[in-house]
Amino acid sequence: MAKAALFVPCFVNSIYPNVALATLKILQDLGFEVEYPPNQTCCGQPFFNSGFIKEAKELAQNFVKNFKNYDYIIAPSGSCISMVKVHYRELLPPKEFEDISKKSFEICEFLHDVAKVKELNVSFPHTVALHQSCHGLRELELGVSSELNLPYNSKVLNLLNLVKDIKIVPLKNSDECCGFGGTFSINESELSVKMGRDKLANFKASGAQFLVGYDNSCLMHLASLDPNLKSLHVVEILAGAANETL
Amino acid sequence: MRLFNDTDWLNRALWYVRKKRDAAAKSVPEWEELRKAASNIKAHTITHLDRYLEEFEKNALKNGIKVHWAIDAKEHNRIVESILQKFGAKKIVKSKSMLTEECELNPYLENRGYEVIDTDLGERIVQLAKQKPSHIVLPAIHLKKEQVAEIFKQNSSDPTYLTGVAREQLRKHFESADAAITGVNFAIANEGAFVVCTNEGNADLGTSLAKVHIAVMGIEKIVPTLQDLGVFLRLLARSATGQAITTYSSIFKKPSEGKEIHLIIVDNGRSKILSETKFTNALKCIRCGACMNTCPVFRRSGGHEYNYVIPGPIGSCLGAARDIKKHGKMAFASTLCGSCDNVCPVKIDLHEQLLALRGKYKEAVSERKDKFYKLAFVILKYPLLYKAATKILQFMPHSFYKKAWGSSRTVPKAAKKSFSEIYKERIEG
Repeated sequence: MAKAALFVPCFVNSIYPNVALATLKILQDLGFEVEYPPNQTCCGQPFFNSGFIKEAKELAQNFVKNFKNYDYIIAPSGSCISMVKVHYRELLPPKEFEDISKKSFEICEFLHDVAKVKELNVSFPHTVALHQSCHGLRELELGVSSELNLPYNSKVLNLLNLVKDIKIVPLKNSDECCGFGGTFSINESELSVKMGRDKLANFKASGAQFLVGYDNSCLMHLASLDPNLKSLHVVEILAGAANETL
Repeated sequence: MRLFNDTDWLNRALWYVRKKRDAAAKSVPEWEELRKAASNIKAHTITHLDRYLEEFEKNALKNGIKVHWAIDAKEHNRIVESILQKFGAKKIVKSKSMLTEECELNPYLENRGYEVIDTDLGERIVQLAKQKPSHIVLPAIHLKKEQVAEIFKQNSSDPTYLTGVAREQLRKHFESADAAITGVNFAIANEGAFVVCTNEGNADLGTSLAKVHIAVMGIEKIVPTLQDLGVFLRLLARSATGQAITTYSSIFKKPSEGKEIHLIIVDNGRSKILSETKFTNALKCIRCGACMNTCPVFRRSGGHEYNYVIPGPIGSCLGAARDIKKHGKMAFASTLCGSCDNVCPVKIDLHEQLLALRGKYKEAVSERKDKFYKLAFVILKYPLLYKAATKILQFMPHSFYKKAWGSSRTVPKAAKKSFSEIYKERIEG
């Protein structure tokens, strides 16, 4: 039996434990053996994106130590998985990188491509709009971004469409960056806030009750600009865990 | 960086161009293959530049074009002046060239008593306003039509009327100019010819009337053959403005009788970029400006907030690759969303470049990590400290976070129990 490791990004661990619980639940419901490696910390992305390569490298090595013995590494974050799956290339020896990269998955990607989920016995009788966070979309290719001349596809929408009673409405410029950008949100606060407000205006115009996404970092940034925003991680809906937390 | 004063207006204007680009790109079924082909041609050419530049020079000389080589901006400006002196030229009409901006040719010539008239409408507007272009394809995109009317000292702000005013004034300059300077979009090695693309025909009018045409190009502008050129002409205008092709795409091969064409091939730091394998992709750029129109930061800040002559994602890459200490900071003015990579007609991995340049910058300025990063690193390195910190963060006062994340935001609260705590309790039953 394949053994999966749950990678819970630091801010999900302390601010959004429900998202990690939902990820654990849906994987277990599907029959996977899941463990949470207890010594995991951070993938190193904040350091890498800030130009501190040496520190990022040490955290990448740390990550490998904690996760290398599993068949799958799964996290409810497009951005953190993208760090591991794409950017560790710059930080690890080639063979080590290939090994860790090919078994790392963002949860929606895993459900769609590996578990090949075709039906879900969950209901979510609400209207939602999907924000397509950048790293998941453009680095992990969870969908086809609006810039490309390729047939449209969205793995995340394919999954959401399996949920009963859900109503998905389009979000204008749904794949435009929300302005979080990690340390960008601190270094370029004014621009970051403006981008976030623009995203929120589009959400408001969509008429949806819930803004859903696959990266809590973006949702956290947007919620910080609108305390009344109702946002959910996609996996909370897919796992049937959203109704409990509402 | 600051927000542009009328952010929503600028954002709308640039997004409109991005949408036009999308429609044009989607009208070509083989668009993505075309981008791959262009990227491959450029990759091949810039890694065989020595060969193609020599081939180009040989053929250009055969055609009767006079070829000059300039190692830097200073030499470039000196060569331009020496050609002007040879022809006794005092008045120059110039079509758009980012290279002359890079070399600061206008102030160089003006300080020496020459009169330089920018003939691209957008460039003319910023020249009259005594400003710098804020965009490489749309130099005056930061100005509203009412502001243009003011710059032209006109009462009407009707765009057609204002264009008419500019035409009338520019025509006099075209007729009386002694020399014409143009940039170069592509230089075709096997033909010894070069291509200048404009929408206004200003390059063609200028070069047809003046007795000498001085064209200036960076060493990376080479394409091997005329067939290769076809790939780029299909991509350039579609990416830039959403047009199928620029209104004028003129190939200059030899001077007409009694006239001369001088071509200056400029390095000015390009071979240094070429020597660092990681950053050579930036030299593929064909200056379409698509990365600026799609960039969510550029659309809200405008080009004047960048500190290099070329703004936006590609400008940050080129500037930082050229002088990391001076321009490296611009690599941080991005959310790394990657939209620029996807619109780039030659598939430059712009956001990956920006990421790599961040590391290079921190190394170059040997910036010591501030206390936050030092502390965070130690905590994240040791699982026990990480667990302790997760616990402590739950009890930190709200004001602690508020300080870190600015006053316009409310700060998310840590949950009562972290996932790792809940998980541990479950496991231990």
